[in-house]
Amino acid sequence: MQKSKTDPEQKAAPGEEAVPGEKAARAEPPRLRTLLRSNAIQTLLAFGALIVLLVGFSLASPNFLQFDNIVGILLATAVNGVLGLGVTFVIITGGIDLSIGAVMTLSAVMAGVFITHWQLPLPVGILGGLLTGAAAGLSNGVLIAKLKVPSFIATLGMLNIAKGLALVISGLRPIYFTDTPELNELAMGSALGAVIPGFDVPNLVLMLFGAAILASLVLKQTILGRYTFALGSNEEATRLSGVNVDRWKITVYAVCGLFSGLAGVLIAARLNSAQPSLGVGYELDAIAAAVIGGTSLSGGQGTILGTVIGAFIISILTNGLRILSVPQEWQTVVTGSIVILAVYLDIVRRGRREQA
Amino acid sequence: MQARVRCVVSIGRVLAGAAARSMGRYAAASGQIRQPGALASASIMSQLLASMEGIDKSFPGVRALERCRFELSRGEVHALVGENGAGKSTLMKVLAGIHAKDAGRIIIKGREVEIKSPRAAQQLGIGIIHQELNLMPHLTVAQNIFIGREPRRRLPIFVDDEAQNEKARALLTRLRLAIDPRARVSDLSVAKQQLVEIAKALSYSSEILIMDEPTAALTEREIGELFRIIRELRDSGVGVVHISHRLEELPMIADRITVLRDGRYVDTLLTRSTTRDQIIQLMVGRAIYERAPEVPADLERREVVLEVRKLCRGRVVRDVSFSLRRGEILGFAGLVGAGRTEVARAIFGADPLDSGEIWLRAKRVKIRTPGDAVRHGIAYLSEDRKRYGLNLGMDVETNIVLATFRRFLRRLGWVNTAKTGAAARHYVEALRIRTPSIEQLAKNLSGGNQQKVVIAKWLAADTEVLIFDEPTRGIDVGAKSEIYHLLSELCKQGKAIIMISSELPEILRMSHRIIVMCEGRITAELPSGATQEQIMEYATQRHAEIQN
Repeated sequence: MQKSKTDPEQKAAPGEEAVPGEKAARAEPPRLRTLLRSNAIQTLLAFGALIVLLVGFSLASPNFLQFDNIVGILLATAVNGVLGLGVTFVIITGGIDLSIGAVMTLSAVMAGVFITHWQLPLPVGILGGLLTGAAAGLSNGVLIAKLKVPSFIATLGMLNIAKGLALVISGLRPIYFTDTPELNELAMGSALGAVIPGFDVPNLVLMLFGAAILASLVLKQTILGRYTFALGSNEEATRLSGVNVDRWKITVYAVCGLFSGLAGVLIAARLNSAQPSLGVGYELDAIAAAVIGGTSLSGGQGTILGTVIGAFIISILTNGLRILSVPQEWQTVVTGSIVILAVYLDIVRRGRREQA
Repeated sequence: MQARVRCVVSIGRVLAGAAARSMGRYAAASGQIRQPGALASASIMSQLLASMEGIDKSFPGVRALERCRFELSRGEVHALVGENGAGKSTLMKVLAGIHAKDAGRIIIKGREVEIKSPRAAQQLGIGIIHQELNLMPHLTVAQNIFIGREPRRRLPIFVDDEAQNEKARALLTRLRLAIDPRARVSDLSVAKQQLVEIAKALSYSSEILIMDEPTAALTEREIGELFRIIRELRDSGVGVVHISHRLEELPMIADRITVLRDGRYVDTLLTRSTTRDQIIQLMVGRAIYERAPEVPADLERREVVLEVRKLCRGRVVRDVSFSLRRGEILGFAGLVGAGRTEVARAIFGADPLDSGEIWLRAKRVKIRTPGDAVRHGIAYLSEDRKRYGLNLGMDVETNIVLATFRRFLRRLGWVNTAKTGAAARHYVEALRIRTPSIEQLAKNLSGGNQQKVVIAKWLAADTEVLIFDEPTRGIDVGAKSEIYHLLSELCKQGKAIIMISSELPEILRMSHRIIVMCEGRITAELPSGATQEQIMEYATQRHAEIQN
């Protein structure tokens, strides 16, 4: 899907040239036009920004490139990145999911309830956490697709519901996984370190990349991915083509919820506890990651690679500014500005397309 | 979750099977394209593909179809013509399962059917190509063609893009279309997007193909290619419904012509024994005699308020020049899409111009935004007043003073409500706006009174040139004549008025002069007292492409 957009050979295909009536003078060279319209440019931009940040911070502070700091960045990216993967699907359909942070927290709490309170086996507890997220997403989807509640409102409501439930269920107290150290080991242990001595990258990071590869596969290769783009590109045309638009929309929100559930399990594992008051502001960082990575808020466009790069940009920025001793208040000012800039670039890009 | 995955997978399998079957059917049908003769013997179960009888359809406030009928035979191109709003598109949307009929029977290949959804229509072999393009611009050509029935890999949640591209390539090759299946649709020209839609409709192995104004956006050459494909389809036994405004292209393509008027069936004619004048006569019907307005004797000597010279904007406004005098009503006639609204929007600064000049009282002005236009005393009253003309949720008073708020401000930006109230009450009285009070919300007024509120807003702003775009759309008959009266009053007071209307009786009744547009150009300027037939003649004329 993405490949065909950016494939430079596409324009050189024999069919394109031989068409009568197509005036060459009608527009600028097609290759440039294709590039401008594609996601490639924004992904490239984001990647460039990432490199600039890396080089900039490593020149500014010798501590930045320390192994421990790099691992810190990777860990910080993991949870936000997984949330971003899910919300990327929703944004490509032209919707939004504001509930992901709260659903993540609720999923973590539910995993805690299953594992610590109910003493269920670890895999069952993890699955329960994932399903909690999926169920919340499913509810979002039904509200949006069937009851036609705007996604902004439906998921804003879900944000508060999930936040409240997390507090109620946990009784305002963190749930610790004291009986099951395996959970923490699963996330913070290092399978890589066992293979390559000294290279102790926690499994959590591997899980982010695993989830990203899976998400990318789903988005590019599966029927779900195809309809995700189709919905965002022209929902009415998709409906008139005989696609059950409602069902796929619900599926997309459920998938987003599933990723939030995964993020919940991961953060619980990382902290070795389910913190019921966590997760505030996570949704905005995740949405920002997707947008910075070139996912268009008007739908129809976006890549998983872009979202992962976006997530890294945010955590590197936060980390780098902290290392340079910039106060935390200013860090959020900077990330906020970056998000606005990214959205502005997207609008400029789309404006150019509409004129062409 | 696992249960869910399994469910999706099994649904996927069913879909994949259906897609494979429909592709198989298509392969058979496409064989027929190459050998038209082979089909004739195989398929004559019935020559009649579709017949619609006594179709009624109402939308809130409008009766779109009334006991309407239509017939389509195998291997014919059947044109469906009529004025704007005659019900052509509605009738075909009923056939394509997009609108549900209120009453009537639809018989497809000898069997009475209920077509409840676009999908049901597809399964009956009915494909429709909409007036507005209905593609997903971010997806590729192949993805667009096979949306909803993608070929799958062995694990059927995965789309087999290679197979899909291959199938699309084969389909496009059969239709002799030079389009790359991997190209993104938004990168294609409008003409090619249209051809992609046709390919998509045919890939459903459609035996009935409905085209709603397929040539509207195409050049002469592209139309030639489209007609070649339509003829090939016809020869292979497909029945094609061709909705068109372009009467002159009908002899080239249509075998029969059905005329609709005001949602009713008028007649069906054989193209080769029909003249264009006959068709126009049937479309317009018995001319309802409308007395043309009295043109003021001194109009010719009055000051020219607005003059535009050689306005151009892309393909929608081409070389448009005209002038407008004080106290004149200039009617703009033409079919939907002729470029009348676009001219108005360009003058009003809502759309950027490519070239051209606008002169106000013999002075050249630059209008880049609607704000500029308002400052120069030009108002544009959109056809969609609920979206662009009014704040429905606000009261009458606020709506009236909205464009001139600045005049009613006291120091520090406080609004002088005594003054705004007085101004609003003045206009409510002067225009006889029927509202219980000026605090009434705009959305609670009738269409005619809403229109008056919009007019009041612009009068309050001291405009000299008023551009009315379909001023009586959605307004009932009684209120219509009030709006007409108001327009005449305004023009007696010296306002200069442009009135865009698709209703010919309205144009004839109101205009001192009539400009007819077709495909972005002015094709005629007629004096008051012209006939409907004359206007239709110029509105359907098609010389734009030849000059280009």
